[in-house]
Amino acid sequence: MTLAAEQFPRLLHGMPADAALGLRAHESLHGPLPRPPRRGARGGHPLILELERAGLRGYGGGGFPTATKLAAVAAQHAHAAVVVNASEGEPLSQKDALLMRHLPHLVIDGALVTAALLGSERVVFVLDEGAHAALQNVEQALAERSELAGRGAPAAHVAAVPRGYLTGQETALMSVLGGGLAKPTVTPPYPFERGLAGRPTLVSNAETYAQIGLVAHYGAEWWRTLGTEAAPGTRLVTVGGAVAYPGVLEVAGGTTVGRLLEASGGVTEQLQGFLLGGYAGTWVGPDAIDLRIDAPTLRDHGAGLGPGIVVALPESACVVAEVASIARWLQHESAKQCGPCIHGLAAIADALGELCAEGDRHGAYGRIERWCGLVMRRGACALPDGAASFVTSALHTFRPEFDDHAHYGGCDACLEPRQLPTRPAHYVGVAP
Amino acid sequence: MSESLRVDPIACTGHGLCAELFPERIWLDDWGYPVIDGDELTADLLEHARRAVAACPSVALRLERDRAARSSGEARAAGGKNRPLRAPGV
Repeated sequence: MTLAAEQFPRLLHGMPADAALGLRAHESLHGPLPRPPRRGARGGHPLILELERAGLRGYGGGGFPTATKLAAVAAQHAHAAVVVNASEGEPLSQKDALLMRHLPHLVIDGALVTAALLGSERVVFVLDEGAHAALQNVEQALAERSELAGRGAPAAHVAAVPRGYLTGQETALMSVLGGGLAKPTVTPPYPFERGLAGRPTLVSNAETYAQIGLVAHYGAEWWRTLGTEAAPGTRLVTVGGAVAYPGVLEVAGGTTVGRLLEASGGVTEQLQGFLLGGYAGTWVGPDAIDLRIDAPTLRDHGAGLGPGIVVALPESACVVAEVASIARWLQHESAKQCGPCIHGLAAIADALGELCAEGDRHGAYGRIERWCGLVMRRGACALPDGAASFVTSALHTFRPEFDDHAHYGGCDACLEPRQLPTRPAHYVGVAP
Repeated sequence: MSESLRVDPIACTGHGLCAELFPERIWLDDWGYPVIDGDELTADLLEHARRAVAACPSVALRLERDRAARSSGEARAAGGKNRPLRAPGV
């Protein structure tokens, strides 16, 4: 145990600027991976209890308690498979690619203690096939691990999956890892019941495993030293938009949006609002700058941080055109399996597109919100729900801009290039 | 023991027979796909629900038991027949 509890940053501590932290450097920082104690007879596994005490929740967007999820998989008693999801289909998030590229051993630590706990025979690290450096660094890091060489060690391998917004959705991920298309399937069964090769499978986000690794190394009490009661520990946030240094930051839980902007070098122009949580997230006005980014506070504002995303939208951008373009992109990224999603997203994107051209010529503007309500909870996955939240929160937050476009059609800024990306920008690792 | 209706959104192709047969609990959206009231079915409605289920050409409509139990974490952990509606996020 070498990192002090107050030491900040934690996850990104010792991160090299342009390479991966090797095993020796990793171990001199955090010590060797503690041998996980065997499963307790009845009282539950010690590591699960420790994760529960830590209050660790998944960092992939769902925010589900990790201990509960682990216990559900462990209860299946069947050598569950462990899947580390770093596929990161959300173009606004780059934290998982950053972890896999620069700090693979921290993620591997978490995956290996989890695998030991579940008696797993298989651990799969899933990365975007375009993340060449990360793929290479993870392969190299796995080759360094002696834990994987011994008899009875789980088979660990790296899977490169095609880029796509839905690829990382957990049932789509099971499908693509099984040789199928990256399309969601109907649940149940959930991966925790039947996933990889029909086995119960724990699918979690790469950052979640890195955090599990920290809890395994240092314990729950240490882990909770930073952050707040509502948002214990630290987390990674990808900050984008009109800030001096867009990129990935580690922050203590419960910090404010304003502090995040400061840590990103400050804003570069006047802001009209923020997108929290990415393209399945929520728009909020400029007064959100004082908002604490912990789940309960954000929930009170009808928002969430998703996989840790904050985008600062500059005054110069046309929010209507930005929202219209992302709505169209989401429609294209849909798996096109469920009727309400196929037709609903098309109708919503068409109506938004019209606003930036000739205005509300067909009278569809007034129906966008109803359509958003109609697609909610009606798909096999949550893509339509996310798209609906993205669009309706924009309508609520920027009502004058939308009304204006409905009456008068496209504005000058509509003709400028779009600012919200649909493919990941090259990230800048910002050391806080 | 109670039962409720559920549709498999991938299998459903929007024939719309269900809404015709069981308008008390099923109506069609702007694109012809069923919107289902998933509340518990009372005994007098059960027969109509069964008829709608049997008529679905895509076998996408189902009757499910014990909707209340599906949302309990215990049932999820047990991994039994009664499962929650949504998976924990990844």
